[in-house]
Amino acid sequence: MKTAVLVFPGSNCDHDCYHAVRHVLGREAKFVWHQETSLDGFDLVIVPGGFSYGDYLRPGAIAKFSPVMGALAKFTAKGGLALGICNGFQILTEAGLLPGALMLNSGMKFICKDTYLRVETSDSFVTGRMEKGKVISVPIAHMEGCYIADDDTLKRLEDDDRILLRYCGPDGQTGDESNPNGSYGSIAGVLSEKRNVAGMMPHPERVVEASLGGVDGLLVFESILNSLSAA
Amino acid sequence: MKAKVTVTLKSGVLDPQGRAIEGALKSLGWKGVKGVRVGKSIELEVDEKDPQSAKAVVEKMCEKLLANPVTEKYQIEIITDR
Repeated sequence: MKTAVLVFPGSNCDHDCYHAVRHVLGREAKFVWHQETSLDGFDLVIVPGGFSYGDYLRPGAIAKFSPVMGALAKFTAKGGLALGICNGFQILTEAGLLPGALMLNSGMKFICKDTYLRVETSDSFVTGRMEKGKVISVPIAHMEGCYIADDDTLKRLEDDDRILLRYCGPDGQTGDESNPNGSYGSIAGVLSEKRNVAGMMPHPERVVEASLGGVDGLLVFESILNSLSAA
Repeated sequence: MKAKVTVTLKSGVLDPQGRAIEGALKSLGWKGVKGVRVGKSIELEVDEKDPQSAKAVVEKMCEKLLANPVTEKYQIEIITDR
């Protein structure tokens, strides 16, 4: 498993993602500057969190035109696996690699806290090691994390089993009280049509060791590793 | 040629800023206020001689970068010097 961690001006979770793959999983990882034009030779591309281009205009709106994004479009068109986390999710939706959009939190505040997430499908490269219905605890840290999409898109996501995770309570119940940002259907993460591109607002890379306060994020990285070694 | 682009959220999209401003206006006494929506205004200049071609260029800019077609709509005003 050889992982590329993309780095844009303003990325700030790139080192956390690198640490999770390189030091916790013990696999090869490399930072790839956004000016690069090739992602050949990688098995996985992580688009990390942060504030690419200062979130100017809209989060991800300018990053989507970085040269590496052209390479990412080619990489994913060939079936390569890509995971966008937080700002990475925003970039992937802006780039059209994932459906929908991420809007200002309904409470209009930056929220940084642990959230419970319910696994909605096991049929994905990021949740393959988790049973449907399992509840994990992973922190969020964002201002624009309210997931929205038009009704047709939402229906297609449901019908195709492409909703990865939903915000929930500790018991797995979804509802307004456990929806931190107003996302439609409490959606915290989605998959692309071909299931090889995933995006999520919560930060699994922040909970990969007990010393960081949790290990539930490791399940995401282990799922990726598992799906790559099974391929 | 100068252009002014106004980007606003599509009608179905929830606008928490608009809602908060509407609440503030109501609490200031404008009880009848409704439909407050917040948008962005972008001013720019393009190297075009006539308004039609300027508008066509700015339209492409909106489609590609200035607005997100999933959530936003836009209006273009070409400012011709009088």
